[in-house]
Amino acid sequence: MPMDHHKPNIPATPPRQSWTFSQDVNAEIRRAAATGIYDIRGGGAKRRVPHFDDLLFLGASISRYPLEGYRERCDTNVTIGARFAKKPIELEIPITIAGMSFGSLSGAAKEALGRGASLAGTSTTTGDGGMTPEERGHSKLLVYQYLPSRYGMNPDDLRKADAIEIVVGQGAKPGGGGMLLGQKISDRVAEMRDLPMGIDQRSACRHPDWTGPDDMEIKILELREITGWEKPIYVKIGGARPYYDTALAVKAGADAIVLDGMQGGTAATQDVFIEHVGMPTLACLRPAVQALQDLGMHREVQLIVSGGIRTGADVAKALALGADAVSIGTAALVALGDNDPKWEDEYQKLGTTAGAYDDWHEGLDPAGITTQVPELEARLDPIEGGRRLRNYLKTMTLEAQTLARACGKSHLHKLEPEDLCALTMEAAAMAQVPLAGTEWIPGKNGF
Amino acid sequence: MERYDLATGSLREMNAQLQAVAPGENLTAWEILNPDGRHAIAVGLDAPIEVRVMGPTGYYCSGMNQQATVRIRGNAGPGVAENMMSGKVIVEGDASQYAGATGRGGLLAIKGNASSRCGISMKGIDIVVGGSVGHMSCFMGQKGNLVVCGDAGEALGDSLYEARVFVRGSVKSLGADCVEKEMRPEHLAALENLLESAEIDTDPADFRRYGSARRLYNFDIDNAGAY
Repeated sequence: MPMDHHKPNIPATPPRQSWTFSQDVNAEIRRAAATGIYDIRGGGAKRRVPHFDDLLFLGASISRYPLEGYRERCDTNVTIGARFAKKPIELEIPITIAGMSFGSLSGAAKEALGRGASLAGTSTTTGDGGMTPEERGHSKLLVYQYLPSRYGMNPDDLRKADAIEIVVGQGAKPGGGGMLLGQKISDRVAEMRDLPMGIDQRSACRHPDWTGPDDMEIKILELREITGWEKPIYVKIGGARPYYDTALAVKAGADAIVLDGMQGGTAATQDVFIEHVGMPTLACLRPAVQALQDLGMHREVQLIVSGGIRTGADVAKALALGADAVSIGTAALVALGDNDPKWEDEYQKLGTTAGAYDDWHEGLDPAGITTQVPELEARLDPIEGGRRLRNYLKTMTLEAQTLARACGKSHLHKLEPEDLCALTMEAAAMAQVPLAGTEWIPGKNGF
Repeated sequence: MERYDLATGSLREMNAQLQAVAPGENLTAWEILNPDGRHAIAVGLDAPIEVRVMGPTGYYCSGMNQQATVRIRGNAGPGVAENMMSGKVIVEGDASQYAGATGRGGLLAIKGNASSRCGISMKGIDIVVGGSVGHMSCFMGQKGNLVVCGDAGEALGDSLYEARVFVRGSVKSLGADCVEKEMRPEHLAALENLLESAEIDTDPADFRRYGSARRLYNFDIDNAGAY
């Protein structure tokens, strides 16, 4: 007799989706089966990882005296590069704009980043592909990235820069290079990179003329000699082995360390790389600070942390854990208009939706930011974009000051781990602050 | 002739003096004594001066050179003339790894042999090697010419873009997407000029030309095994 699945008195078992073979996983298997190639996208890790959201400030109490909002000072300035450079960088706020290339971004977007950063009293950074005159012209403080590809590298631009950032790795892909697809290679991008128009341009994963920390020390010497020991030299590392990479960069003579966790964005890389290589920003920060403290270099060599910084709370928490400054990339693009729902119709045509658009490498960005198509690029007004970025940076700074005053701190740098507690054991272990309501820090005191 | 003795002076002072030479000044000829393998000698020059380095150099001698002619009377360490923009660098001995790396212009002439990765990521520089080059030379070479009068090691011209490679001797193996190409009259003429500029007397007709097959210029999954 056939089974009757519709007997009213027998509770039905609802269809059960597999956690292991979720709809997303199955969709990716079908996509891979259809194309034979991995998924490439922009941005950073999208998976949920322990983050600054998992920390809370304790605020003032009987034993901690707060500062008056809007009345008592809470300073935000930071000096970067005083270890060896004759001309250190003076920032009004401890939030910088991370390196993003002309090529992956439109010229208007680069100009907007420069304008916004300058209005807010901070620095912006070049990227793979060299320095454009517009970017230099609109950036009061410009950090020039020294990358493995050396696209557009030249001593004149090196001397025009306010600081030099040697890129060893980035959080989205520690150990990975990059590929700028041919459709984004306009005449100008091609000329700056000494390559033909329309071909894919590979960005190497290793520097071509040195290997290891001892060589890097000599490379830093060369760059200092070329620029008369004027420029601060940063070393940017991905969140792989933050304790040792920080220590080695300090030993090699860096003035500052830029530490980028896995939530940090990239213009384009394999999804499997972004999601499965490197550590969350929160997990990287304390080991890097520990390395600086062990070497007696904390605050002497500045630590700039990036990867998933979105709010003044993120800024304040990163500084409380020992960073000297933070850097933003993805958040700055969102401030300019990236993934804005006003372009939803066009996102739908591209098979995505506002908030999820990450095919930055394809150059069809409706917001006109990650594109070289003139009609799309024209959608971004660099002056308005700069104003929006300035507003966002100012807002984050005000938020961070609000939190610092609540903790009784007259400078953001006076925030400390003691001001924090953690909501989860993972965050408590990574940030090395107590789990909320306890004095327990996993891994400390033998537990 | 100005002389600077590194046995008694400092690298910083020497480079600062060379970098400070302004166009039209008389200080156009310099001799650097006792280099003793020091790193970053004569880097960042930007004037049409002539510098003779009287001995072996360490890393990055003549790095990012513009306009100057630098002659190294000895062997050169890694990265000699890296990212050179213009001018001329002559190595009278052998050169270590990454000679002329990422160079964008000018001429690097190495009278002896060059080690591995000679001309890596070159972007317009011309490199002439009197002897042989090591493995992975001209890796990802974008523009310019690499001339090898001796033999080439493994994986010559791997992932080559538009740089041209000329080899007189044997090639142990070609890298991904590097192929032998026809030597046309314009190539012979260019080669003759390069050899003459490098002060090397040999017959261009004895060379073979290599370049990119351009099969890997745009990513294609069917070529994945070639990378």
